[in-house]
Amino acid sequence: MIIARIIGTVVSSQKDPRLEGRKLLIVRPVNVDGTDTSGYVVAVDTVGAGFHERVLVVAGSSARLAQGMKDVPVDAAIVGVIDTVDILDD
Amino acid sequence: MIDSPDSPDSLDFMQLARVIGTVVATVKNDSLEGRKLLVVQSLDHELRPQGKPLVALDAIGAGTGELVVWCRGKEASFPFRREDTPTDCTIIAIVDSEAHVTNGSRRR
Repeated sequence: MIIARIIGTVVSSQKDPRLEGRKLLIVRPVNVDGTDTSGYVVAVDTVGAGFHERVLVVAGSSARLAQGMKDVPVDAAIVGVIDTVDILDD
Repeated sequence: MIDSPDSPDSLDFMQLARVIGTVVATVKNDSLEGRKLLVVQSLDHELRPQGKPLVALDAIGAGTGELVVWCRGKEASFPFRREDTPTDCTIIAIVDSEAHVTNGSRRR
């Protein structure tokens, strides 16, 4: 799983029927210290996440295993809204 | 896979990692309720950090600072209810000690 920040939304009217009613968000992977990386992923939202929030993103076939995502054609899903990340001090 | 911990000699299979932190997420998919989320830093065969840290689900009760083995991909959900646990990265074993990690170029 990666940590990502929500940076945008995607609106699509013509889509696979199994995607109807689902929110598509653009997320940018971030480092554990909160700094942005490059690139982005379009991920389907399963938790009701909002703009700028840090979220957990599951990729690959595991994304379909989230509750309510069975047989939905996606390979990236937002499965959690992050409260805190604590990193061990070296 | 997105943003895998790539380096010239890394493979995307089971690898050693160090648990370097924890993640708290109150709002999450119902299928992750009660699961522990840890930040893991992948290590090379000399136990040096390689690639970026990722968030892993804990299957065995690992803690911060421990040396662990993780697996990735769909198989990561197998330690749990495999048909409904959305994880692509899971800690599946705790290495007894660093002295138990030996290879041709490193022996303690």
